[in-house]
Amino acid sequence: MHLTPDETIFWQYGFFKLNATIAFTWALMFVLAGGSRIVTRRLSTGLDRSRWQNLLEIVVTAIEKQIQEVGLSESRKYLGFLGTLFLFVATAALCTVIPGYQPPTSSLSTTAALALCVFVAVPAFGIAEKGMRNYLKSYTKPTVVMLPFNIISELSRTLALAVRLFGNMMSGAMIVGILLTITPFLFPIVMTVLGLLTGMVQAYIFGILAAVYIAAATRAAKPKPQPAQTVAA
Amino acid sequence: MTIIAVASIVIAGITISLGSIGPALAEGRAVATALTSLAQQPDASSTITRTLFVGLAMIESIAIYCFVVSMILIFANPFWNHVIAQTAGK
Repeated sequence: MHLTPDETIFWQYGFFKLNATIAFTWALMFVLAGGSRIVTRRLSTGLDRSRWQNLLEIVVTAIEKQIQEVGLSESRKYLGFLGTLFLFVATAALCTVIPGYQPPTSSLSTTAALALCVFVAVPAFGIAEKGMRNYLKSYTKPTVVMLPFNIISELSRTLALAVRLFGNMMSGAMIVGILLTITPFLFPIVMTVLGLLTGMVQAYIFGILAAVYIAAATRAAKPKPQPAQTVAA
Repeated sequence: MTIIAVASIVIAGITISLGSIGPALAEGRAVATALTSLAQQPDASSTITRTLFVGLAMIESIAIYCFVVSMILIFANPFWNHVIAQTAGK
């Protein structure tokens, strides 16, 4: 049973295996980075611009607005990280229409790597924003008793990020594979469309959850309300 | 040896069937409440929709965990692999 693209190995040298996951991940990276490089070679700031620049601007401003709505008011700082997460997972899901392609996110290695990136980025952004002492103090809020639970919740939501994306992408591919042996005509196409929809939703969820975690880590404490001053008569 | 196979198959079926009941009911309630609040305050529709999707993803994760466990039991079962390795060795 073909569970993950990890099992398709193109070339092997001792410990290092060049499997389909690595190959498709690098292909996606070239498509995204190379395509953006070609489009942004000649940017125009006037009203007359190429349609590809328009497309990229729509994508970037939409992601920026979403990040702002989550609560991160300086969205440009986090746009690189969060935008890349969303675009990578979304492109990995969209390219399923290409025959012979298996999404690299249907392998637990890729999703674990992405979740580890979020796991490292959340304290990094929190410390950059609030300073080490304030960030570490936030683990003891609301009381010191919550310290182990806060740490456990950090670890478990990283695991949940990885398993959620992996489970959704792997089940989409597997359902299509199983249906192909049972009812080969209509249902595999319908399930592929459903797989595209869930892939895009999961990409959005991954990006928004990473943004929510970063917003929670960088949120400055609200100032305590001052008691009302009495006006001297 | 057959005990391992029977137990794995039966538990895989029970895991995914019982494990989908809770998330399905919870997602239904979440969507119903979201629709009610959308009808009451259509201006906040983007916030409500985004929060709805985030909440649905959290609830869906539980069903995904059950699915992954049953997949492991059927396709990557360590006890079954151990038994197969032993019988192959004999």
